[in-house]
Amino acid sequence: MNQPGWNPVADLQQMWALPFMVNAYRAGTVLALLAGLVGFLMVTRRQAFAGHTLSAVGFPGAAGATWLGVPAALGYFGFCVAAALTIAAAPSSARLRFSEENALVGTVQAFALACGYLFVVLYHGVLGGTTALLFGSFLGVTAGQVTTLAVLAVVLLAVLAAIGRPLLFASLDPQAARASGVPVRALDVVFLVLLAATAAEVVQITGALMVFTLLVLPPAAARELTCRPAAGLALSVVLALLVTWVALGVAYYSPYPIGFWLSSIAFGTYLLARATRAVRDRVPA
Amino acid sequence: MTVAVPDQAPGRALAEAVDIRDAQVRLGGRQVWSHVSLRVQPGEFVAVLGPNGVGKSTLLQVVLGLLKVSAGEVSVLGRPPGETNERIGFLPQRRTFDSSVRVRGLDVVRLGLDGHRWGLPLPGTGSRRAAAKVAELVELVGASAYAGRPIGQLSGGEQQRLLIAQALARDPQLLLLDEPLDSLDLPNQGAVAGLVSRLCRERGVAVVMVAHDVNPILPYLDLVTYLAPAGTATGTPAEVIPTETLSRLYGIPMEVLSTSDGRLVVVGQPDAPAHHSNRHEQP
Repeated sequence: MNQPGWNPVADLQQMWALPFMVNAYRAGTVLALLAGLVGFLMVTRRQAFAGHTLSAVGFPGAAGATWLGVPAALGYFGFCVAAALTIAAAPSSARLRFSEENALVGTVQAFALACGYLFVVLYHGVLGGTTALLFGSFLGVTAGQVTTLAVLAVVLLAVLAAIGRPLLFASLDPQAARASGVPVRALDVVFLVLLAATAAEVVQITGALMVFTLLVLPPAAARELTCRPAAGLALSVVLALLVTWVALGVAYYSPYPIGFWLSSIAFGTYLLARATRAVRDRVPA
Repeated sequence: MTVAVPDQAPGRALAEAVDIRDAQVRLGGRQVWSHVSLRVQPGEFVAVLGPNGVGKSTLLQVVLGLLKVSAGEVSVLGRPPGETNERIGFLPQRRTFDSSVRVRGLDVVRLGLDGHRWGLPLPGTGSRRAAAKVAELVELVGASAYAGRPIGQLSGGEQQRLLIAQALARDPQLLLLDEPLDSLDLPNQGAVAGLVSRLCRERGVAVVMVAHDVNPILPYLDLVTYLAPAGTATGTPAEVIPTETLSRLYGIPMEVLSTSDGRLVVVGQPDAPAHHSNRHEQP
């Protein structure tokens, strides 16, 4: 464990002199940017449960890839996108969609977790990385991984920028959007795949159980603070970045794992946002 | 069949806003209705009445081109349905935002203006013009006082005004409203009906309003169309509303009374569920 000094600049210099910390910060920045934006739309669409499932699917993805001896990234993306397409295949009778989707999503999640456990057992129990699969490996990120993450993030964000506005319309008001010529059904599918790819990307660093810290908490906090969509997106990214940066710094100087700090700080931010809104709602503008 | 006349200059006699002739719709093998005809001229305010489940919303889906007729002719603003949707404002049925929707009324109106466009809105003159247009629409429906608040926290009547503003965002020549007065209290019903009528008169917008209670809109209507499974009866309120016609169409006793100021009031239960069909399963 490292002891912080009394000079924050020197502390930061000391921390960033270590390549693994620099990589952790780079990877964290890419993930926070991506998760802040995609997560905001996910929360707006009330698809947090689907997002949770798509993240959990990362576990069997990675375990299966390890068992078969193929690159873990292949397992993550393969499983996550397959799960997204399964969920997207749910009948989309506009009114019933979300309740039916929830039941299907739950089924997919249970099955995926069972598969993950099976793969671990098939690998004969010495899958040393199980903890990393579930709780992440922020400090083991390589420079090559950071580049891959960044390239993928650019692609995903480009897609999001192209479909963002009709997607928001379809999310808030599907019937009116459909009448305006927005392909609501196609956007449903594209967004689920986008969410799956984001989850697969974030899972590789934060682990299957910690994805949510970045995917849900910063957007949820942003939504408490503003009801302008553009400001909400921006705020969601800013909060995700702040949470990630602070958590990495605190974890470096503490004996406790990064995942704990990431979720605690994110949760604290969310509580602060709620409290701010409660105070603001009470005081008439 | 009418020849589709492309509308050139405003002020010229335009093609009918809606022209449906002897149309039939089948959904999942079941015939919803047949022998339906409806003609709406520019600037006319037409109500489509009929019992629940008879396919009134289906009729609007046909006009929007979201559903094909299995027989008959349909033309909308002089073109086949679906080709002119950017000139149509549509207010879907029973749409409310619950209190968890944290988006401002202004943003919901804005979606009606450019929510269908791909790509990101660029800041600049276009964006300022859009903001000015949204403010003008909000002013028009009298929602300026609360349009900046999250829409989920507004009352049903306030939400409905903002949704009408959204439907008007692209200066439509045809406005399709699906039970816009539903779930509003009486003063709001009157106010929204008056607002729609004003748009119709002042802007020359053709309005097709699906309703199951005719009374709040009766003073403003040019034409009434009753939709029944076997066809439509269309006419001015005075022609169609006689007691026997109504009773025959709804299959229950109806009475038409005249108030002291000469207004007609329909009594009976036009909104009683005649038969519950699968209206909620329409695609």
